Amino acid sequence: MTAIVELLLPLVVGIPLLIGGALFAMPSQHRLRQTIGAVTLGALAAAGVTLVVLTADGSVLTHQIGIWPIGIAIPFAVDLFSALLLTVTAVITLIGAQYLIAAGQGREASSIPLLLVLAGGVSGALLTADLFNLFVFVEVMLLPSYGLLLVLSRRGSVAGARLFVTVNLLASTLFLAGVGLVYAVTGTVNLGELAGAADDPAVALAAAVMLAGIAVKAAVFPVHGWLARTYTSATPAITAIFSAVHTKAAVYVIYRVYAVMFEGAETWQPVLLAIAAVTAVVGAAAALGEGSMRSLLVFQMVSGIGVILLGVALFTPLALTAAIAYMIHHMLSKASLFLTVGAIEETYGTGEIRQLGGLRTREPLITAAFVVGALSLVGLPPFSGFVAKVAVVLGAAEAGQVIVVLTVLAVSALALVAVLLIWAGVFNGKRHDEVEQRAAAARIRRRRGLLDDDPIDGAELQAEVDEALERHQPPRGSQGEDPHDHRGTRIPVALALPAVQLAVLVVALGIGGELLLSLSATAAAGLIDITAYVEAVMSE
Amino acid sequence: MSLALTIGLLIGAGVFLVLQRGMIRIVLGFVLLTHGVNLLLIAAGGTARRTPPFDGVDPAVAADPLPQAFVLTAIVIAFAITVVMATFAVVGHRDDDTESETDADSGTDVDTHTDAMTAVRRPTGEER
Repeated sequence: MTAIVELLLPLVVGIPLLIGGALFAMPSQHRLRQTIGAVTLGALAAAGVTLVVLTADGSVLTHQIGIWPIGIAIPFAVDLFSALLLTVTAVITLIGAQYLIAAGQGREASSIPLLLVLAGGVSGALLTADLFNLFVFVEVMLLPSYGLLLVLSRRGSVAGARLFVTVNLLASTLFLAGVGLVYAVTGTVNLGELAGAADDPAVALAAAVMLAGIAVKAAVFPVHGWLARTYTSATPAITAIFSAVHTKAAVYVIYRVYAVMFEGAETWQPVLLAIAAVTAVVGAAAALGEGSMRSLLVFQMVSGIGVILLGVALFTPLALTAAIAYMIHHMLSKASLFLTVGAIEETYGTGEIRQLGGLRTREPLITAAFVVGALSLVGLPPFSGFVAKVAVVLGAAEAGQVIVVLTVLAVSALALVAVLLIWAGVFNGKRHDEVEQRAAAARIRRRRGLLDDDPIDGAELQAEVDEALERHQPPRGSQGEDPHDHRGTRIPVALALPAVQLAVLVVALGIGGELLLSLSATAAAGLIDITAYVEAVMSE
Repeated sequence: MSLALTIGLLIGAGVFLVLQRGMIRIVLGFVLLTHGVNLLLIAAGGTARRTPPFDGVDPAVAADPLPQAFVLTAIVIAFAITVVMATFAVVGHRDDDTESETDADSGTDVDTHTDAMTAVRRPTGEER
């Protein structure tokens, strides 16, 4: 079994890329293209689960590309850490694709193919054990992302995509320069041969250039500012998928490089701790100043990345376990929240907190998904956030870092305030007066393929509003000025379903916290003792 | 030494151009930056040994083929991204926030610039 899987390992990368490429050739067969795309992503998730099962005992699977000698061949290696992330990213991409299809954006000829190429690139970045190959796969991830931001931009605006390209290209260039410098001082870019190489200050400096580049992609303070501007410029599904794949793949690289090349050297601990803690606090504080749901959540994500990076800074078994569990929790909770607010934004035509209200009584499904995602983000039981956050606090306490413990608690409190802002503005209170007009405008625009700033005929708009009010009759006894008037626009179940599915996963991970933590513990052990990984990378 | 100076010059000029206004300048800046990094990759392999690394050539004088393969890959990727960025330079003129408000040639007034940070939505047709 293991031998066959090892032999097939490159297919995890190759199949999504190939099928994604082939799907570009069927621009008009919407149903077929969407089905094939969903099946491929489902298969990728299944492959991820298989890899998790096979590596759950701490073993490492490898494949050396071609028949080149060891050290020259490009190695693909998967341990439990990469297998877990591969699974979670595949699941989120799959559910994101489901949302795209439900929202009608899957009919856009290139959206599903680009998504598959993105998934292939992510798998490659998670699997490769070669720094230059890593750069290539990061680029393979980025190119379809540029396309996705462009074809699915909400306002027909390319400003967000433009910024995304510029920032990421600069970061990639820096990363490539770092890889070049590592090659210059060590003569190799194979992670197996580079194990512990950063004991040499020259190598440490070269690797630091590399990490600086990747830190931009991970949106670590002080280079996090681009995130909110770019992620909110595309549709919500794209925000959900990008938040799960782009920043987290970058965080994965930081973990992997720091574990293998630096072997968790304590020399750098104060620097890393400071960066991680400041990122956590700045993200959480900045979120409070945001007026729209999605940009608020994006800043919360910056905060989450800070918390995740605390693990690599402390580098104790418990802290790493906690960080890996937190990373998985964070990816799922965040994706669920993004799809929740996305469904609202898609239906009601706005993501501004001030322009919404009273959804609590109208949208039970989406409210439930939001409550689960929000409480999980804050870290309350019985959701995955509780398990992960308790572990993070225990890990920091065990390492004797009182300030870190206080930071995590303070960040949780700020997260609570942030989600309460959304709750108070969007779910509680009265409906906004113009909510029907906005929702109707959004529907007309979607139906006719208009951009968000194209004008709409007033009469058509009024007809659409009346029709929506007609379709959903008020329940008996609610009339006129009643804030709980149930007439008008509702979020379609198909659009709410992706968020609900992820919310169910969040609850499942919270209740099955034992499993999450034990898997994370094995993954963490693989980062602390890299012998198995290095041996696997350096063997046939 | 001349290689180091060239890399420094290219990267310095690239950074300068990337910091300028206008997407075309930024694209050209990135072209220079990637050239600089490509030369850095070549320098990483050492430039003293120059004999083509074919079978039977003494390894002591053969050039290191790996950085050359890196550079080839990097050139292809950089080319693709330059094309993407050039596209961004010509589409969506009305929301090009790399141009200053006065030299945007599309004649769009400043008020209609959408601010993605706050995601303020534009008024709908009726409100306007």
